[in-house]
Amino acid sequence: MTQAKRQTGIGASVTRLEDLPLVTGSGQFVGDISFPHQVHMRVVRSSNAHGVLVGVRTAEAKAMNGVVAVWTAHDIRDLPPIDFREGPNEKLAPFRQPVLARDRVRYVGEPVAAVFAVDPYIAEDAAELVAVAVEERTPILDASAAAAEFADGLSTEAAVCRQGYGNVDTAFRNARHIVEVDVSIGRHSGVPLETRGAIGRYDAARDVLELHGAAKVPHRNREAIARIFGRSLAAVHCFEGHVGGGFGIRGEIYPEDILVLAAAMRLGRPVKWIEDRYEHLMAANHSRQQHHKIRAAFDDHGRLLAIDDRFFHDQGAYIRTHGTRVADMSCGILPGPYRLPHFRADGYFRLTNKTPAATYRAPGRYETNFVRERLMDAAAKQLGLSRVEIRRRNLLQSSDMPHVRPLIALGDEVVLDSGDYARLLDKALAHCGWDDLERKVQERRKSGELVGLGIAIYVEKSGLGPTDGARIHVHPSGDVEVITGGASLGQGFETVMAQVCSEKLGVDYRKIRVVHGRTDRIDHGIGAHASRATVMTGNAVAVAAEKVRAAALEMAAQLLQTEASELTIVAGAVVRVAAPNEPLIRLGDIVTHLRPTSSSRGARAPGLSAEGWFETKHMTYPYGVQIAQVAIDRGTGAVRIERMLIAYDIGRAINPMLVRGQLVGGFVQGLGGALFEEFQYDERGQPLSVTFADYLLPTAQEVPDVDVLLTEDAPSTTNPLGVKGAGEGGIAGVGAVIASAIDDALGDIGTITQLPVKPQMLKAMIDAHARASRR
Amino acid sequence: MGKIAISLDINDILHDVTVEARRTLADVIRDDCGRTGTHIGCEHGVCGACTILVDGKPVRSCLMFAVQADGRKIRTVEGLRRDGALHPLQEAFIEHHALQCGFCTPGFLMLATGVLEQHPDIEESELVEILSSNLCRCTGYENILKAVKAAAARMRHGR
Amino acid sequence: MKPAPFTYHRPSTVREATDLLADLARADGRILAGGQTLVPTMAFRLARPAHLIDINGIRDLEGTTVERSVLRIRACARHSEFEQPGIPGPTGALLRRMAKFIAHYPIRQRGTFCGSVANADPASEWCCATAALGGTIIAQSKRGVRRIETAGFYKGSLTTDLAEDELITEVELPLLAEDTRTGFCEFSRRAGDFAIAMVLASYRLERGRMCDVRIGLGGVEATPRRIPEVEAALTGKALGKAAFEAAADLAAHAVRPIEDMNNRAEFRRGLVRTLLVRAFENAA
Repeated sequence: MTQAKRQTGIGASVTRLEDLPLVTGSGQFVGDISFPHQVHMRVVRSSNAHGVLVGVRTAEAKAMNGVVAVWTAHDIRDLPPIDFREGPNEKLAPFRQPVLARDRVRYVGEPVAAVFAVDPYIAEDAAELVAVAVEERTPILDASAAAAEFADGLSTEAAVCRQGYGNVDTAFRNARHIVEVDVSIGRHSGVPLETRGAIGRYDAARDVLELHGAAKVPHRNREAIARIFGRSLAAVHCFEGHVGGGFGIRGEIYPEDILVLAAAMRLGRPVKWIEDRYEHLMAANHSRQQHHKIRAAFDDHGRLLAIDDRFFHDQGAYIRTHGTRVADMSCGILPGPYRLPHFRADGYFRLTNKTPAATYRAPGRYETNFVRERLMDAAAKQLGLSRVEIRRRNLLQSSDMPHVRPLIALGDEVVLDSGDYARLLDKALAHCGWDDLERKVQERRKSGELVGLGIAIYVEKSGLGPTDGARIHVHPSGDVEVITGGASLGQGFETVMAQVCSEKLGVDYRKIRVVHGRTDRIDHGIGAHASRATVMTGNAVAVAAEKVRAAALEMAAQLLQTEASELTIVAGAVVRVAAPNEPLIRLGDIVTHLRPTSSSRGARAPGLSAEGWFETKHMTYPYGVQIAQVAIDRGTGAVRIERMLIAYDIGRAINPMLVRGQLVGGFVQGLGGALFEEFQYDERGQPLSVTFADYLLPTAQEVPDVDVLLTEDAPSTTNPLGVKGAGEGGIAGVGAVIASAIDDALGDIGTITQLPVKPQMLKAMIDAHARASRR
Repeated sequence: MGKIAISLDINDILHDVTVEARRTLADVIRDDCGRTGTHIGCEHGVCGACTILVDGKPVRSCLMFAVQADGRKIRTVEGLRRDGALHPLQEAFIEHHALQCGFCTPGFLMLATGVLEQHPDIEESELVEILSSNLCRCTGYENILKAVKAAAARMRHGR
Repeated sequence: MKPAPFTYHRPSTVREATDLLADLARADGRILAGGQTLVPTMAFRLARPAHLIDINGIRDLEGTTVERSVLRIRACARHSEFEQPGIPGPTGALLRRMAKFIAHYPIRQRGTFCGSVANADPASEWCCATAALGGTIIAQSKRGVRRIETAGFYKGSLTTDLAEDELITEVELPLLAEDTRTGFCEFSRRAGDFAIAMVLASYRLERGRMCDVRIGLGGVEATPRRIPEVEAALTGKALGKAAFEAAADLAAHAVRPIEDMNNRAEFRRGLVRTLLVRAFENAA
């Protein structure tokens, strides 16, 4: 590997291309974008959790100075409810959300009307004047209770997601040991620092409908928008600017996106909508809330025979763009890293009168890792084995790979491609000095401290296919443009793609410009989600870069009167392999030779550019081990994380610094879900966590030092680069490991069966135990 | 409610604007003065994305009305760069990967600038306390702390 | 979350401010000092004052003054000023320690001591301090000046004895004796959050026994207060865990905690027990 490659190619922790505009305040987040004559939209939202929508009075609002229009469902009766991203689904269709509530309101925060005014202050003034009359109905707030009626003939149990294999009932009948736990994960979500926003603009000069502020899946959204408005793809474009975090929440099609687009066309003016934080917490996708009753059968050696899981998924009021995917995923991914001969999962997909839920970073995995690892901890206790040992005995071995699980996750059969889980476990234990930590913890317990260690082992998924393509174009200046259908939500997409291109093409990454989020630059794109961009787009870029390299060397060979095999590209110039420090022809000059009017071009197609496509049959699976040490303050119930280790095998890291950033950032979100964050509702279905004083995000003071052990022991076998995705690796195991550590600290005092773990609950357990001991 | 004519000194440039009293300083800086580097994350004073310097002190611009800032010296993230050279904090943020989506970044930069200018010899533990004033959802704070400490060291030795 | 419209006033003297209040208070006129509580409340449109009287331009209301036995805290003295070494003695040390618990650094640059007192949030550190130290609130209006003792000032959560046309121009805190030891302990979910419970402790030692015991309770009940029966129980006792824990148990039983979904009475009682012991153990 040449010096240049090592410096800016794959494996280099280079600084990011994205950063300069962001540190100088030159970012273009959707709130920063304005168009001449734009109007501002303000959504009027239901303040009832459930009821019949009797009427919406808009006359007063319409009469206010500066108000351009006020819409209710009647004004957009031609617009369909928001469909599923994967396509129509007849069974789930009745549960889709209408853009504006028609007959019913089903959650506090549901859009009921839209006000369009010349500035956002006036829009908010006018929105207050819109009177919404609702005949209240009893809200359904417990997804685990009996199902109720959603509408005529429709149950709030919209679906049951079932997956399984083997013969679970027989396995349990014959089992020597059965372990059962009943556990819940609290409702929480991504809550990015930037709230949602969108600008709809109709370019009448070109007859193009534009959505600015697009994110995550611009190409998919463009298709959906084209369908909704009956326009051709050429007449709809999505534009992604800077995006302030997504985490799965932002970028799905929401009612507000449809409203700004419809309004832009009908009002003949650009329509800008920026959500406020109060709205965000009650209207942007929620996630995570599941209640699992799970049991496992073990043999005398602590080996898993079967798992039987029944869970209730609290979907909230409607089924949004993801359909039942999070519940499906939960079923498909629950077994994690363990050998499991028999499995059954039944997920009861229940609608309630809360904000609708969807995907949030590591969806289905944060939840099921917590559930499964709680089960393993309980089994360890019951069977008298250490928590490490019981896991070790059940881990799939590297010799088992690829391991086919007859389960479906994201529409893909689960084939664990590569992984040496036991090796990572050993490395993690050695790295933190587990035995020594255990000894020290025992010592501290003798003096009455509540301190404990926790462990969690988990498999992540990434690289969802099936296909992605990218185009690379070299300019006469030697600058390279990589045109992708990807998306950036802050994760460093541009830098990573530039590094791949740099590696394969031989150009410094700083001379590479990466295009993303622009449906008008490339027709196909997968955006960025499900930790798939590095795998799919990265490999597509690699293919394209290799083609460009070959074309450049072929032309150079002619110009230099030599063989292409004698040449290579270093720092953007063609050199002889034997003399890498003597540039012979710069790439930019080759472009000039390949221009349409060039005489040296010959029969070659003009330009130095190429398209690369990458296809994959299956996802690829990174994996991790998390270890935490916590102490509980007896006097207050507060939890302090004293040590935290994330050991993660990434297959191959393109930029280790960025991977670490993803793991640590994800960890802190996971910590939020374990100890602080929760969307709470009162008995009338009123959301209580609607400000940042109630919905608690971790601050720098709540975060411990995080030790990250990044390994590359199990490169992916599903793609030539050998890469796996990092985006969800940090968050996925946190609920599990924190609960495990707190449990260990509690000892006989109690067991953690729900997240988030709150001081009040721990204090009550501690006091109850103290009282019982005194008797 | 009539509008009030005010003059906002933002990064040594005067912006004469006429605004309703209820317009927040954050909104006026962004929409009337075109300095969109200051971001709005919550509008109730908790997240700190809107942090700017007013007379050298880090404050939440969503919790001030623009009319209150008439005649005050305001510094925003756009003013950190001097003669094309990045501020040590900006360089440190890039070097240490202290930003991902960048939305909270201007708030952190201004908070750190204000604190380090007033307390150049600040202790690490106090620095962590003060940096916990602002929320970040992407980075987990680790690299922000690293970057601010690195920049503080540089600034102590004279930029 | 944009505020509703209002008319803005910026008096330059206390007299102008009280004249404005006299006219406008009835028409929902409010004082704007630090704004760190009022402005977010206006953002949520939970407060919609028709008039705001911005007192930040009144020079006479800035800062604090230490007199021989009293600390005068004027209306626009910011929280951050109490973090500075300017106020001497045990009172200064106590206020410095408490100031760190108030929200976060940028909030402390603007928020005011007297604003907190006027707002009377149960979780306010300064309200607790005034109750514990026996502060006096000086309220001015067009009708004259009124001195209000803290005992009669806090009426309930977010409710005080202040008339709508009155402006707190100053809070007077008697200075603690030089040999007073003070301690302060607070519990919240995250650093900087509203306190779920706080305990302020101060005492002197005479021949190794506690006297002049003051206990300030905040965040637990609707209003801050002292706990006389616990103060009495500690008076004449030697320092030590046994005395503190007995006092803490007494306090836990004496308090009548406010409750909400996330913080039940039992939890607050337990916190009082814990924090009282820690405040006394750490008193310096």
